[in-house]
Amino acid sequence: MSTEAVLQAPSATHHEAHGDHHHEHHHHETFITKYVFSQDHKMIAKQFLITGMVWAVLGGLMSVLFRLQLGYPDAHFSWLQDILGKFWVEDGRITPQAYYALVTTHGTVLVFFVLTAGLSGTFANFLIPLQVGARDMASPFMNMLSYWFFFIASLVMLSSMFVETGPFSGGWTAYPPLSALGTASPGSKTGMDLWLVAMALFVVSSLLGGLNYIATVLNMRTKGMSMTRMPLTIWALFFTAVLGVLSFPVLFSGFILLIFDRNFGTSFYLSDIYINGVGALPNEGGSAILYQHLFWFLGHPEVYIILLPAMGMVSEILSTNARKPIFGYIAMIGSMFAIAILAFLVWAHHMFVTGLNPFLGSIFVLLTLLIAVPSAIKVFNWLTTLWRGNIRFTPAMLFAIGFVSLFISGGLTGIWLGNSALDIHLHDTYFVIAHFHIVMGVASMFGMFAGIYHWYPKMYGRYLNNTLGYIHFWITMIGAYLIFWPMHYEGLAGMPRRYYDYSIWESFKQFAELNRFISTVAMIVFMTQLLFLFNFFYSIFKGRKVTTLNPWNSNTLEWTTPIRPGHGNWVGEIPEVHRWAYDYGKDGREFIPQTEAVGADESHH
Amino acid sequence: MTTTTYLVIAVVALIFLVIFQISKAAEYVSVLKGEETSRKQTNKINGFLMVGFLVAGLIGVWYCNEVLYNKTLLAVGSASVQGERVDSMLWVTLIVTGIVFIATQILLFWFAYKYQESDKRKVFYFPHNNKLEVLWTVVPAIALTVLVVIGLRNWFYFTGDAPADAMQVEVTGKQFGWIFRYPGQDKTFGKKYYKVIDAADNSLGLVWKDSATLNLKDDPATHDDIVLEQTMYVVKDKPVKLIIGSRDVIHDVGLSQFRMKMDAVPGIPTTMWFTPKYTTKEMKDKTGNPNFQYEISCDQMCGNGHYSMKGVIEVVTQEEFDVWMAKQKPKYLDIFPDKDPSKKSDTTAVKPMAASMPADKKIIAKN
Repeated sequence: MSTEAVLQAPSATHHEAHGDHHHEHHHHETFITKYVFSQDHKMIAKQFLITGMVWAVLGGLMSVLFRLQLGYPDAHFSWLQDILGKFWVEDGRITPQAYYALVTTHGTVLVFFVLTAGLSGTFANFLIPLQVGARDMASPFMNMLSYWFFFIASLVMLSSMFVETGPFSGGWTAYPPLSALGTASPGSKTGMDLWLVAMALFVVSSLLGGLNYIATVLNMRTKGMSMTRMPLTIWALFFTAVLGVLSFPVLFSGFILLIFDRNFGTSFYLSDIYINGVGALPNEGGSAILYQHLFWFLGHPEVYIILLPAMGMVSEILSTNARKPIFGYIAMIGSMFAIAILAFLVWAHHMFVTGLNPFLGSIFVLLTLLIAVPSAIKVFNWLTTLWRGNIRFTPAMLFAIGFVSLFISGGLTGIWLGNSALDIHLHDTYFVIAHFHIVMGVASMFGMFAGIYHWYPKMYGRYLNNTLGYIHFWITMIGAYLIFWPMHYEGLAGMPRRYYDYSIWESFKQFAELNRFISTVAMIVFMTQLLFLFNFFYSIFKGRKVTTLNPWNSNTLEWTTPIRPGHGNWVGEIPEVHRWAYDYGKDGREFIPQTEAVGADESHH
Repeated sequence: MTTTTYLVIAVVALIFLVIFQISKAAEYVSVLKGEETSRKQTNKINGFLMVGFLVAGLIGVWYCNEVLYNKTLLAVGSASVQGERVDSMLWVTLIVTGIVFIATQILLFWFAYKYQESDKRKVFYFPHNNKLEVLWTVVPAIALTVLVVIGLRNWFYFTGDAPADAMQVEVTGKQFGWIFRYPGQDKTFGKKYYKVIDAADNSLGLVWKDSATLNLKDDPATHDDIVLEQTMYVVKDKPVKLIIGSRDVIHDVGLSQFRMKMDAVPGIPTTMWFTPKYTTKEMKDKTGNPNFQYEISCDQMCGNGHYSMKGVIEVVTQEEFDVWMAKQKPKYLDIFPDKDPSKKSDTTAVKPMAASMPADKKIIAKN
């Protein structure tokens, strides 16, 4: 094809630039050791990314299906029944149980499998060794195990979609007693067992990964790479790993108790229960609220486990493409540190209406709103980074700017919800849906897209198609606001979340038209993501080849490796670092890589 | 599958193909034209789109408000005294966060547009500035302190003790409906125990029989307790305290018009109180909706029927309430008709409303 010839032609003149990686590491590599049971952090990163993408498509598709129900509650989709079968669609309508199963699985996989494993799994693996100057992770074997535990967790979760009583359908938070009693909901039977097993495996994966990231950042930095010279991506991924390692075990313990209650007749969470058609249960003395404490002790840090990597990558990408140093590097680290500490001290703001002791609640209000301060610092620092820069709108940069916009929009509504007296009114309404989808869901997704567009050349030695990238960005950006902005108004009408049908409610049925609009936009945005997916896989094989070592003129170490680095990353010695990562536009120079020694006449900052 | 489905799939596939071809061609052109030139061109387009998005977005925010504001509860105002505080606090928070929202979004997209790449511009090397950083640490901290103070004052008011003269109603959630209990003339709720629950006759498990195996003794306070389903009556301008519990899984008493919400947790009673301001009739006029109801929505995922777990609060005047209450008959007398003193003297008495209602039936379906 003629176009291909043009696209590939320039690469011919630069053969020497990317040919050199073949010389290193000639130990025997089979298909299995290179692509399947690989211990190369870059390959593991790609495995996490692609598995995450599979889940993102499935999770997104689930949201399209339940949006179909919300947008068109009276329509009959007989063709859906042909595809999905009678459990999911009956008489052309998605069944209530299927609806709740979809909502639950959508939440679980997006939060854990996509935005935790897919995001920090991908970029912590890919960037930590490359940006701190290490040949691989502290323990490549453990790293490999981390992926395979995630993979098995994925299989178990997927298998739960096919059991007779249906997948778990009690919401991604899985509050007992609903999640503990199969008699209370068919989704809490085998589906819930599989859900718990999958999540337990996931916790193992996440701990194996997290310990590795921490060990690598602390011990394996190259010469000259002091902690305060690390790119903000690494700081962010480091804090993410610390959060995960300290909070996932608590979730795990919560799950263990739940497994005991489900299978071994204990009463950790159960008390005074009478189930229709079954009668009174023997359990007495347990507390259903205990689970919520254990769950949210992870659940809230989890929000930052999702957000921090995005923040780190966005800082790096904004600075690189504004050709200007990140503003307030130390303040950025400080605010991330503050967020990481506070993340552990705010969990009960999810529980203001559980009957929590009001005094305890007031402490959590104070600590929750305190998080707005480091968040504000970050936003203003990003804005100042753009100010008087020289901005290149690469697709990565667009997504980074989009991230900042969404983080502001969604972050501000956190001030509403964190204030308990307002939360009483807005709790569990669409206002909450709008809030966390914008600030955590879409914003982190944008961070992830920014990271993929920015580091794709390093991952595959080729570029993604820019035009597709721009179309992807603008439709997603506009779509995200069209979907989630109006939901604030539904929340202000008190419209509860997780309702299958609103038509019987005098207070909430006025939004039928709006729901249809939102569902339509959601479908268009989902299609646009398929465009991105196509771009991703097409470009692996057919994308324009990268012909220079440092396509974005960036300062960080990963761009000193060969265009397609082999296992071990650098040919010969690992470069030494002499400065921080953000000397852009200093002393009239466009950029000064970290590997360049500080000149005698260089100005101080 | 219908023909329309195939048609839709075909159209979508076609759009994909067109977008793909255009994108491929664009890359092709950019390589031929020189990457530097084409990059600068797309940079201009994206810079323009940035400011375009800002303007369209701000208009969109205004338009969205125009269309949807009247569908929210803010347009009508709160139906409880406490809810008015929620609303006023909501407005203050909206103003504070709204100003920050508008200002930062304008700065973000304006900077993106203004400082797009240009050969003429020399980047300003500006790695940090302590004064600025202190400024935007302190100002948000002060603003938040104000919001926290307002919030906590309201929080302690809402969660504080109900006034002594408050009416008391017990609300119990179950899959998928609500059970209400009034203490009756002795103003005391009789004891209950979940193991004596009987779906048909004793939906709350009131202890009105001795039981040696469960070590229970008949509690006379249960004898005048009034147990109802579906609809609960409260009095305008009179504080009402709800004592909330659940029979099976966690539910939540959501009262959006009153701006109140509290979980119903099995085994752990919770409370909530508020003062209704308008009767249901008055709200019908106020909202212009003849079908208006104060609905109790379950706001905590409780199973496959969660979306239909509806109750109704009927707010009436004191006189109407007294008339209604006089017609209610304690559940105990329903179950043990021989203990009913009125039955002995006058067997032709009008059958009270509570008795004619089938107990523990899924009422929601009727709505």
